[in-house]
Amino acid sequence: MRKLLFESLLRRPLTEAPPRLDDAVLATLAGRLDAVARFRLGRSLSIRQVDAGSCNGCELEIHALGNSFYDLERFGLRFVASPRHADVLLVTGPVTRNMREALERTYVATPEPKWVVAVGECGFDGGEFAGSYAVLGGVSTVIPVDLHVRGCPPAPVALLEGLVALIETSA
Amino acid sequence: MSLRSDLIGEAVAIEPQHPWPRIRVDAETWRRAILGIASGQADLAGLWSDGAAVHLALAEHGTGALLVISLACPDGTFPSVGVTHPPAQRPERAIRDLWGLEPEAAPDPRRWLDHGRWGLRHPLGDRAPHDTTPDAYPFLRAEGPPMHQIPVGPVHAGIIEPGHFRFTANGETVVRLEERLGYVHKGIEGLMIGASLDRAARLAARVSGDSTVAFSLAFARAAEAALGVAVPRRAVWLRALMAELERLANHLGDFGAICNDAAFSLMLAQCGILRERVLRAARTTFGHRLMMDRIVPGGAAVDLADPAPLRALIADLRDAFPELIELYDATASLQNRTVSTGVLDRDLARHWAVGGPIGRASGRSFDARRSPGYAPYDELDFTVPVRTEGDVDARIWIRIEEIGVSLGLIEQILDRLPPGPVLRPFDPTVVGRTSGEDEGDSAARSREGIALVEGFRGDVLVWVRVDDDGHIARCHLRDPSVFQWPLLEAVIEGNIVADFPLCNKSFNCSYSGHDL
Ligand code: SF4
Repeated sequence: MRKLLFESLLRRPLTEAPPRLDDAVLATLAGRLDAVARFRLGRSLSIRQVDAGSCNGCELEIHALGNSFYDLERFGLRFVASPRHADVLLVTGPVTRNMREALERTYVATPEPKWVVAVGECGFDGGEFAGSYAVLGGVSTVIPVDLHVRGCPPAPVALLEGLVALIETSA
Repeated sequence: MSLRSDLIGEAVAIEPQHPWPRIRVDAETWRRAILGIASGQADLAGLWSDGAAVHLALAEHGTGALLVISLACPDGTFPSVGVTHPPAQRPERAIRDLWGLEPEAAPDPRRWLDHGRWGLRHPLGDRAPHDTTPDAYPFLRAEGPPMHQIPVGPVHAGIIEPGHFRFTANGETVVRLEERLGYVHKGIEGLMIGASLDRAARLAARVSGDSTVAFSLAFARAAEAALGVAVPRRAVWLRALMAELERLANHLGDFGAICNDAAFSLMLAQCGILRERVLRAARTTFGHRLMMDRIVPGGAAVDLADPAPLRALIADLRDAFPELIELYDATASLQNRTVSTGVLDRDLARHWAVGGPIGRASGRSFDARRSPGYAPYDELDFTVPVRTEGDVDARIWIRIEEIGVSLGLIEQILDRLPPGPVLRPFDPTVVGRTSGEDEGDSAARSREGIALVEGFRGDVLVWVRVDDDGHIARCHLRDPSVFQWPLLEAVIEGNIVADFPLCNKSFNCSYSGHDL
């Protein structure tokens, strides 16, 4: 193990340069973030991920944000275990009827100021599952959404862009 | 004579299903089949309905050959399978929720996928309006003064899918775990009804995102069997290539994640790098990190233009992975957590016909690539690792060994990839029908297919019935998790609460694949 750790010390980092921000993304966010929020958050955001019926594909890519290539934490972004510690809810899935209450309660349990990022085509409008008796179709049918990161699933870079945009506008 | 051939002899009628037969049976033969399965003469491979009948897939020991037996339910009931053979309990609860068919004498009256929130009952059968007040769900009790309950979920602490776990503990020791699933039920089988083949393939690809290749392959093979479509040889090999890349990515992810749940985060970091390299190679080669929608009925949606990124990937992994194996093998504090934790008993594994690394870590050697087997694996050289300890450690080792096997398979495929086209376009309204079949009722003209594919998690079963105009009449998709989830309840008993994440991750069942 020591050998492995030592080598890691000497190797060049795998981590990639941060993504360039899309002006449109920034513009959609800027309106939601006021001076108070900036003051409270500093340059860090705590994220609570909620699966509201995804196929788990989006979760795989959200997971990937933590690996050495994307290294989410360098931006002051981290995943937390409770909505009570969260500033951002990162929601996936078409919102199944069976998850509606859990999502609403998670939202209510998150203290203000808070933002909601809907992930994936499912989170946008239900994706392939729209129209089913068992889904509501999109996160915004249940809670207000500040940013959509589309894709099926969105690649980690796209997720990173969205989240970094959030933090940049709040910094 | 095997149970399978006995049953075929007793069939009331044999239906045109490919490549394995489906037979109609009477209630007496149905009961006999269940007794046979319960006494270990064949494995239960699936149980589903189309509203008019219930269908049970069984697999013959040794050959893995499937047989589907169907019992008509004109009065809306069928003799319970679960009362005799517990692995069928959740599937038959799902049938009751979705179709309104009643399993007679079923041991568990509680609804399973239906939480009372859909606004209707029996969405696929005779729909009955219902308000959206959630149903009460009485959990099973454990008696005794020092017991306490720990409710967990549906929203969990990590980045994972939702489900509810109800632990009853005596101090630190788990006395009972009961799962409540169904939170991510999306109604996929309902959306399938009437879908075009393309749309159905996209739905199948989203049953469980981590197994998107396996489900796409199983769906494509079932549809091709139904329609009698022969896939170009190059596509068959490319599909196996994608399937092995998917297995590689997931096993790497699981290996790291299991160790991380024993607080050994170094392994998660190292495996995370290797997993990311697999996904990037997949993106470069096939245009999508998870290879979603790359396998379609008729072949593959993309060709392999340049094998170089995959060759480089294999070289990378061959270089980096042995060090991680050594690290796992030499870290006593890590093995202290994994060895003898969460033991799945061999007999239980066999009785439940549990597939994938979970089964193979508990002495059940079943691997769908080997038996019943499918192309191109019959032309490839590979081993199926099996262990008997049945603990978290054995499930880790099976994954480690299977990573090696997949690397070898990918090399063989790259070396021998046949030339030619990768997609055979076809018209689903005309293929698979022999002349003269246009007479008679439309049921007789419908075409059915079934396929069993080995995903990283275990055997994926897809059964499909294509109607006259080329649309899906009915499709059932069975994730390996269906028979794995209940065994997690058995495995955790007597372990400490703190070892649950470890056991759970070593199973890594799919919520979405189970809930559909
Ligand atoms: S957007 Fe795509 S990957 Fe994400 S949950 Fe929906 S189907 Fe799965």
